[in-house]
Amino acid sequence: MNAIIQRPSVDQLMQWLAEVSDPEIPVLSIVDLGLVRHIAWDGDTCAVTITPTYSGCPAMQEISAGIRQVLSSHGIEHLLIRTSLSPAWTTDWMSQKGRDALLGYGIAPPAEKAIDISGLTRKKTAAVVACPLCGSSHTRAISHFGSTSCKALYRCQTCGEPFDYFKPH
Amino acid sequence: MDQTLFQYSLRMGDTTLILSHRLSEWTGHGPELEEDLAMTNVALDLLGQARMWLTLAGELEGASRDEDQLAYLRDAPQYRNYLLVERDNGHYGHTIARQFLFDAWHYLLLQGLCTSTNEHVAAIAEKSIKEVSYHARRSSDILVRLGDGTAESHARMQDAVNDAWRFCGELFIDDDITLALEGQGVVPAHASLWQPWLNHVALTLAEATLTMPDPDAAVHPAHTGGVYGRHTEALGYLLAEMQHLQRSYPGASW
Repeated sequence: MNAIIQRPSVDQLMQWLAEVSDPEIPVLSIVDLGLVRHIAWDGDTCAVTITPTYSGCPAMQEISAGIRQVLSSHGIEHLLIRTSLSPAWTTDWMSQKGRDALLGYGIAPPAEKAIDISGLTRKKTAAVVACPLCGSSHTRAISHFGSTSCKALYRCQTCGEPFDYFKPH
Repeated sequence: MDQTLFQYSLRMGDTTLILSHRLSEWTGHGPELEEDLAMTNVALDLLGQARMWLTLAGELEGASRDEDQLAYLRDAPQYRNYLLVERDNGHYGHTIARQFLFDAWHYLLLQGLCTSTNEHVAAIAEKSIKEVSYHARRSSDILVRLGDGTAESHARMQDAVNDAWRFCGELFIDDDITLALEGQGVVPAHASLWQPWLNHVALTLAEATLTMPDPDAAVHPAHTGGVYGRHTEALGYLLAEMQHLQRSYPGASW
């Protein structure tokens, strides 16, 4: 008797992939982060295309391992993970759910669209970044580089707490 | 074309790798915690970019060398990085001057590479330029803060800019490789980056109350040749540290 090969739908696969979270920000799934660019069946091989956030992000290896683990636990036997660089990842791909999750976790979500790469400028006016803890918009950038590639360091002038800001990218 | 682009990818890969390593030497030694973090974040971005360039180089070469073999198993004369990036870190002002001058060039070059007729080159550039935009903003900010700071910080910053200046000209020299690739629309002519670079540098240095060195002094035959493997002694020491593990324990992995 021939085995009946069940191929889960792309929607189903996407739901499973939402179980994989960013190792550095566990409340954020790789789907909400916009890392999963494409899923397709190639025969009985499931091909998942992901894109790196920052080119040196050390989480990518762990994310690939997470994808393997989750899909294998759902019975996917043949998996191919592709990495694509273009179009380059942008925070504009982050879902509303992801933004809300960041805020709830104490990280301010991107307050503006993807970084402007049209020219070499020292940007004087940046968007207001509200404090994720007290909501005050009276905040100050401490450093545009923080504890991970994707974050900047801010401090709230009202409640005095330092906090992370997920940089527009 | 493949061998020409192989050489060019090596130049880009080596340049980003060596600067990344230099910056990572600040880990745990930054003048402030925030600066320590910023420096190492920039190093990490550059390392990621180096991996993309060296992977591309390995594929183009067709000799089965991967990014790790290219990074760890070549000696100084085989390295193709520009001399500016291999210079010792010096004091923090030296590091910032080098970074500021490099970032502006890197940004302008990537802007040109984004429209490359080669899809791999364009994809790496598109990915990198976002990161480099942040690098350039930050190094300009710190340059202005230190230049327009105390008399001491101003004097040190001016010295550092003067010191790095003579290594900048090399970044804008075209040769058989850049010209051949420019002819195919793969890379912009490096000479075409000079004027926009000079404009940006002049503007930012003025804001930092620093004096721009004489543009003619940026190029000197003694301070060129990195892309042909003619390096300063600084690179040998850097490679000795960076390659130590792979040299002592060939094939080590974890």
